[in-house]
Amino acid sequence: MTGLWLIVVAAAVLAFSGLPACFFSRRSCAAQRLSAALMILGSAIGGYGVFLSLSAPQNEAVSLPWTLPWGRFSIGLDALSAVFLIPILLVPMLGAIYGLGYWRQADHPDNGRGLGLFYGLLAGAMLMVVVARDSVLLLMAWEVMAVSAFFLATTENENAAVRRAGWIYLVATHSGTLCLFALFVLLKKITGSFALSAVETGALSPTLTTILFLLTLIGFGFKAGVMPLHVWLPGAHANAPSHVSAVMSGVMLKMGIYGIVRLIALLPPLETWHGGLLLALGAGAGILGIAFAIGQSDIKRLLAYSSIENIGIIVMGIGLASLGRTLHRADFVVLGLGGALLHLWNHSLFKSLLFLNSGVVIHATHTREMNRMGGLARHMPVTSTLFLLGAVAICALPPFNGFVSEWLMYLGFFGSLQVSASGGAAWPTAALGAIALAAIGALALACFVNALSTTFLGVSRQPLAHEPHDPDLSQLGPMLLLAAGCTIVGCAPQYVMPLIQQAASQWLDADAASAASLLSYVPLRWIGGIALVLLGAAGIGFLLLRLRLRTRSVCGVGTWSCGYARPTSRMQYTSTSFGQMIVALFAWALWPQTKAPKIQAPLPSAGFFSTTVPDTLLDHFVLPFFRWTGRLLPRLRLLQQGRVQIYLLYIVVMVLLLLIWETIGNKS
Amino acid sequence: MRDIFIHIALLLGMPPLLLGVINKTKALFAGRKGPPLLQPYYDLFKLTRKHVVISEVTTWVFTAAPVITLTALLIAGILVPQGPFRAPLGFTGDLILFAYLLGLGRFFTTTAALDTGSAFEGMGAAREATFACMSEPALFFALLVLAKMSGSLVLGDLLHAPLVTTGWEAEAAPLVLVAVGLFILLLAENCRIPVDDPNTHLELTMIHEVMVLDHSGPLLGLVLYGAAIKLFVLSSVFLHIVAPFQSGRAGLDWLAFVGEMLGVAVAIGVVESVMARLQMRHVNYLLIAAILFCGFGFVLLVR
Repeated sequence: MTGLWLIVVAAAVLAFSGLPACFFSRRSCAAQRLSAALMILGSAIGGYGVFLSLSAPQNEAVSLPWTLPWGRFSIGLDALSAVFLIPILLVPMLGAIYGLGYWRQADHPDNGRGLGLFYGLLAGAMLMVVVARDSVLLLMAWEVMAVSAFFLATTENENAAVRRAGWIYLVATHSGTLCLFALFVLLKKITGSFALSAVETGALSPTLTTILFLLTLIGFGFKAGVMPLHVWLPGAHANAPSHVSAVMSGVMLKMGIYGIVRLIALLPPLETWHGGLLLALGAGAGILGIAFAIGQSDIKRLLAYSSIENIGIIVMGIGLASLGRTLHRADFVVLGLGGALLHLWNHSLFKSLLFLNSGVVIHATHTREMNRMGGLARHMPVTSTLFLLGAVAICALPPFNGFVSEWLMYLGFFGSLQVSASGGAAWPTAALGAIALAAIGALALACFVNALSTTFLGVSRQPLAHEPHDPDLSQLGPMLLLAAGCTIVGCAPQYVMPLIQQAASQWLDADAASAASLLSYVPLRWIGGIALVLLGAAGIGFLLLRLRLRTRSVCGVGTWSCGYARPTSRMQYTSTSFGQMIVALFAWALWPQTKAPKIQAPLPSAGFFSTTVPDTLLDHFVLPFFRWTGRLLPRLRLLQQGRVQIYLLYIVVMVLLLLIWETIGNKS
Repeated sequence: MRDIFIHIALLLGMPPLLLGVINKTKALFAGRKGPPLLQPYYDLFKLTRKHVVISEVTTWVFTAAPVITLTALLIAGILVPQGPFRAPLGFTGDLILFAYLLGLGRFFTTTAALDTGSAFEGMGAAREATFACMSEPALFFALLVLAKMSGSLVLGDLLHAPLVTTGWEAEAAPLVLVAVGLFILLLAENCRIPVDDPNTHLELTMIHEVMVLDHSGPLLGLVLYGAAIKLFVLSSVFLHIVAPFQSGRAGLDWLAFVGEMLGVAVAIGVVESVMARLQMRHVNYLLIAAILFCGFGFVLLVR
């Protein structure tokens, strides 16, 4: 049995992993364990399949006819698919294990079984999206994925905010699918089949290339959450259960990126401004995404906006690679796309870690509001350390994985400075990407120092009903594995690069691909080595310091802070106060809404101050637009009389009109 | 080998002297006698022998942060060449590692500040994190200019660009702009006047000093030593642009480097003596000016 078929089997096992549980009692935790076991089994089969097909010398592909009127059952597996397969196999499985403790079926009899069903379906559909080599098959898997994600995001559908976020998601994802329909129909007209195969260079006019590119960007961009197509993302991520958020953010967004990378690989090299547009979009999404994240005080909305930022970084890498493809610079392609794909892995590691971690926090505090948290680190030492690790990694700081991928992109951006020196088309402005990345890095640092400290450090800002404690191994285990992944990629990047390299060279001609080796451009070993030195030296230094301080410290006193005698927990800096200066800097885009009391009398009465940063685009543009259409379109209800006879009449009229059109068409 | 040894010895030993020189300069301007030049060393020595007061609010992050910051700064210091000599360590892309190691230090300094749960320290951390959002792009503009001039992505070659590029005088305009920008960064990153006042702890306008209010004993010693190393490292980056000279004789060059470093310290002392601290809301403008200086340098070079 070849690796490819193993992946199809894995997709089936994953997709139906939640089904057996439906025949058990609503409160049966055994059924939930069975689902998780099936998820592990499916992922293991898929992992073995990926391993088999990667060790095979050639890319596998199978194409079978089926009974549908369009397309064929075509599937294939190459390095690019494999790069996306690995997070799909890893994160949902870890999420399912985490869910055993986090979303116990005994505690959630109303929605536990549905959650398990759609959770597996989502994972299986994503596997099929990545291996599909036929646009009809891809769209079918895409739709299953989109709809199961809708049911997952609306798990707690008794809550109005959850339902609202779910509807927004459904509208957004189908707007994207609409563009995909147009895209694939156009492609069919050009290539003559629904197969996802490379379009010949001469077959496209520049206008047509631009149209195809824009349709790809919009259609898949909705799923990836590329700003300004991100409006669905914060609400859906914040309102889903945490392990679902981890899968949506860590894996599902990447399906949009997969579509963009795959389609651009099929198209002939794009024009330079297409790459420039991707760069600009990515930079804008990165900077504004993280600025919005700083404005949030809901920990899951913060993480969701940070996903928008990370997708922006990935899109920047793709933009650089696209420029390189046009300018025939293999090094930009390999650095840009390699950096983007590695960042995609990294993001699925650390963002899943942070989302799972936030689930533990929400469980302990019964709120998502960071301004009410604080001081959890003393109760949950392991959880807080894992969050710290994830925060350092997501800020792209050494010695963890985020640094490696951003470093690759930086090298590409700095390299683009040298283009004009060697002659040919000059695009030194691409170097501005480095500035954008630097700004994103500094903002991300502010954002995650804030999230870490407000949640885990200091003292609790509200009395807690129960003393919080670290969760059991079923929840800690997945987080520990993800954290280990972050550390390994950060300290030994040279071992993960060959696959990334192979995937990135999909964008190159065969001869350019063989010449362009990522490892020859960049000294990855040095980065890994320094990361290890940093970890080792800091660790040893810390232990020595602890030894020395053991006999020489005065404990049992409060924080001095200039001798203030009676500090209360409410005097601590909150997440909102920490971000206030940055929110003010970005007020032109964030439009923060502040309600402040007017202070008039010398001894004012108790006042109430609040400030929120809602999504500017959603609240001020998209929703008003839909309200407007909602007022306009009901006039069309004139056509809907509610009588079967009238509808039958419409059908008759329509058929007659078609007949008339057909006869006219035949005559001419 | 000898140069590497001197490099590391200077990196470890010289930073507190810079603080001493700055303080002496300021004292001379104020008409005081001032503390001895070696006072920072005495202070560090004294602090290592003291007890530590650790607030019960804090976690392990509070004690680990100074160690991690110091480690990051030392590695950064190994990447930066001193004077015309090669850095002990250099590879393609180490310039980004350099910038991000400074970022790692910032992450842990601010986290440790927030670990105490005090609003004072929170304010300092918020300011540090906010101002970094402006100083980071400026630093990268400067790096872009130098990378363009040198055609290299190794920090050592990059910083030696003004030294080895023949006819670099033709590129003097971007270099002057970058030098001004980097000097602003040097003052801002090391929390000197006009951005921050290292001498007062208790005012609400402080950044760095207010973040370390609760550190004491050896922990405070580590923090102060780390801050001095940061000053040393950033000063040696700055020196490469304003004083790209080489005599060819190693001994003379090392002496010249030490002399130039002390010169930078005197310059910082003079700036601190003749200027007042900016209002907190005006610091933004100063940092944006640094972005503009380095950014225009980039524009001039790329055109």
